[in-house]
Amino acid sequence: MRVFNSVYGCAGVLGLVLAVGVAASAQDAPDVGPKPPVAVKPMESHIGNLTGHAADAKSNYRRYCAGCHGDYGDANGENAVWLDPKPRDFTIASFKCRSTPTGTLPTDEDLYNTIGRGVTNSNMPIWNALSPHQRADLVAYIKIFSPRWEKEKAGEPIKVPAEPPVTIDGIAHGKALFTKLECWKCHGPHGEGDGPSAATLTDSKDQPIRPYNFALGKDDSRFKCGGTNQDIYKIFMTGVDGTPMPSFADVIQPNDAWDLVHFLRTLQVNRHGKENEVLSAAHGVIPPYVDKNPPPPAAPADSKPPGGGQ
Amino acid sequence: MRTKQMMPAFLTLLVCSSMMCSSLAFAGTVSGKVTYTGTPARQKPIDMSKEPSCAKQHATPVTTETVVTGPANALENVVVFVSSGAPDDGQVPAQAVTYEQKGCQYIPHVLAMHVNQEFKILNDDQTSHNIHPLAKVNNEWNLSQPPGSQPISKKYDKEEFIPVKCNIHPWMHGYFAVLKTSHYDVSKGGGDFKLPNLPPGKYTITAWHEDYGTQTADVTITGNESKDVNFTFKAKAY
Repeated sequence: MRVFNSVYGCAGVLGLVLAVGVAASAQDAPDVGPKPPVAVKPMESHIGNLTGHAADAKSNYRRYCAGCHGDYGDANGENAVWLDPKPRDFTIASFKCRSTPTGTLPTDEDLYNTIGRGVTNSNMPIWNALSPHQRADLVAYIKIFSPRWEKEKAGEPIKVPAEPPVTIDGIAHGKALFTKLECWKCHGPHGEGDGPSAATLTDSKDQPIRPYNFALGKDDSRFKCGGTNQDIYKIFMTGVDGTPMPSFADVIQPNDAWDLVHFLRTLQVNRHGKENEVLSAAHGVIPPYVDKNPPPPAAPADSKPPGGGQ
Repeated sequence: MRTKQMMPAFLTLLVCSSMMCSSLAFAGTVSGKVTYTGTPARQKPIDMSKEPSCAKQHATPVTTETVVTGPANALENVVVFVSSGAPDDGQVPAQAVTYEQKGCQYIPHVLAMHVNQEFKILNDDQTSHNIHPLAKVNNEWNLSQPPGSQPISKKYDKEEFIPVKCNIHPWMHGYFAVLKTSHYDVSKGGGDFKLPNLPPGKYTITAWHEDYGTQTADVTITGNESKDVNFTFKAKAY
């Protein structure tokens, strides 16, 4: 009886505590009640002839973007917990799809293109239902969340030289680079995203992240930062900031980079394109790469390495 | 009259020369030892079999370096620095510091440097590394460095402790300690540190360890003296 009483008593106290707790948390719940307003700095964006104004994007941002990216641009929107990969955190102003070097701010055009293109393999949709002007305004709006936009300029876009014709020798060279630069460590020997380090990768938010699987999809397969050969060139030269994908700008020469692009296209085995046509014409076999201009072994070559790198 | 005019000039000269003198050779030194109490978490052996070119460089298997200890409870890799009161906050050392990737490890494990000081990253391995410092206050970048490539030269413009990793070799972890002072030391095998050349003044000395956090101590240097400051961290079991 005594035991029963004390158990009963305990339960009663617990119930009371719970009731008080629920009442208190209902009062303190952060999602209830007005939030302090977001101060809209007079940021602008310039894309071609378009000029975007942050102040004009406030209602569109709250309606279309805040659900994931958060009212304060900190990637803490109410849907964010359900998303993988996580939404961009505009307060750090680190962006995946850039034409500018790793660690620098993207150009306005880069951000504008991302909004219009969407980000494949993520929950970021294609926002081409918004007018170009509305998208330009949104580009200006996301700049209010980080002081970097007031202190720094966008990086100098990397130069993409004219694309040379696709040749089987170029593809062979691209394959040699893929091996030498150890792209396969993450992307796998056949570009299927199954390299030895693939399972260990995490992004800057410590979330697991998969390397791109080139072999998936057909003609509709998309890359995160655009589908053209120029876009692929830029992805590995600029790196995808906030992910394990580094920049190779200092270690790949421009024409070598085009060979790598052409080889990467052949990893998209179900895609119809000039690269796979050239490969079919060679009976589907990539010949071993032979370096026609090996660097001279003489001493002067050491004092001034070809291309410099920096 | 003549003497009266001379006196202030003479005094000024005297004060100037004594100031110059003191700025050339400050004898104040803060030194001591960093130790731990309790039992530190056991460091796990690293399996480098996926990177044979690195694995064969290590006769005995390497372990993780989150907590590195020495004899008599000495704690290594602790950054000890003057966090306030240092007189030379604006002076950036001209010499670059280096961070080496060797045997798929970072050497040193913790690289301390001054804000805006150049640092160079070298790859001595026969494999590609990517250097990915996960900066939050500074700008985050991520660069590939295949074998035989040029050293990467960079600098950070804000104070921060930045974890560094290589995504290709997930066991590789290190730290950059970017400080606003050139009065720093990183404890080595014996846990010892030494901060020399301190002019008279009041200082706050901070000790930072990647797993055990920070501790501070206040010190006053009055002249040619050496002050002992010891830091003791409580080991985390996990």
